[in-house]
Amino acid sequence: MHLDFELKDNTLIVRLSGDMDLGKADYLRNSLEAVLDQQQVNNLIFNLAQVTFLDSSILGVLLGRYKRISKKGGKVCIVEPQPQVRRILEMSGLFQVMEEFPGEDIALKNIG
Amino acid sequence: MQFINQMKLKFLSIPANVAFARVTVAAFASQLDYTLSDLEEIKVAVSEAVGNSIVHGYDQAPDYYIEIFATLTADTLEIRIKDDGKGIENVEKALQPAFSTDAERLGLGFVFMHSFMDSLKVESQPGNGTLVIMSKRVGASIAQISTEQ
Repeated sequence: MHLDFELKDNTLIVRLSGDMDLGKADYLRNSLEAVLDQQQVNNLIFNLAQVTFLDSSILGVLLGRYKRISKKGGKVCIVEPQPQVRRILEMSGLFQVMEEFPGEDIALKNIG
Repeated sequence: MQFINQMKLKFLSIPANVAFARVTVAAFASQLDYTLSDLEEIKVAVSEAVGNSIVHGYDQAPDYYIEIFATLTADTLEIRIKDDGKGIENVEKALQPAFSTDAERLGLGFVFMHSFMDSLKVESQPGNGTLVIMSKRVGASIAQISTEQ
């Protein structure tokens, strides 16, 4: 799994890739928490374009970060999930709290 | 029902084996004529079941084993995923959506297994491990076409 962070105007863009499951959940959670502890982050964008597989253990990590960000009035959104990943997100109801956008630029525009 | 192939897999209860288990079962299943979307669904179901065994059955203890038995008949894959963990107190309750004993888990594991497979059965007793039996037919979602005239 490759994990990439970019901070743009207090919005943290997180680019994930590969198969994401329980084997990656702790690493993802700890990495995200470390960045959120160190940086001033108001909003979060999860770019899932390169994610080929995702299960409920990762949904839990995403939801956990949503709880942290939304507590301070921030937004969390999802960018470009592949169809099979999108289906999982849809079934989980995560889209009810995280808006989906077709690209990072559009997400940044809407979030700011 | 006559089977055409069977396999048995036994591996340690560590998170790295979730990927090993789902990829192996999907490769085995691909001997039948499943669509790519079917295989993706099988992968999610296996991930969720194995993940449950690791997280809930064994409370993340890495030195236990999980077993998978898979059987192929002409048109169906049956998967049995078994752990010797602490078991489920109330299976009926565990099968309900959004029931989880952990704040950061969504209780969606069984929902995905149920949605993506054609049948799901959970046998468990406190202290006696858990056995998840699920099956998926080939082309189950496609209507049968009659060639009779």
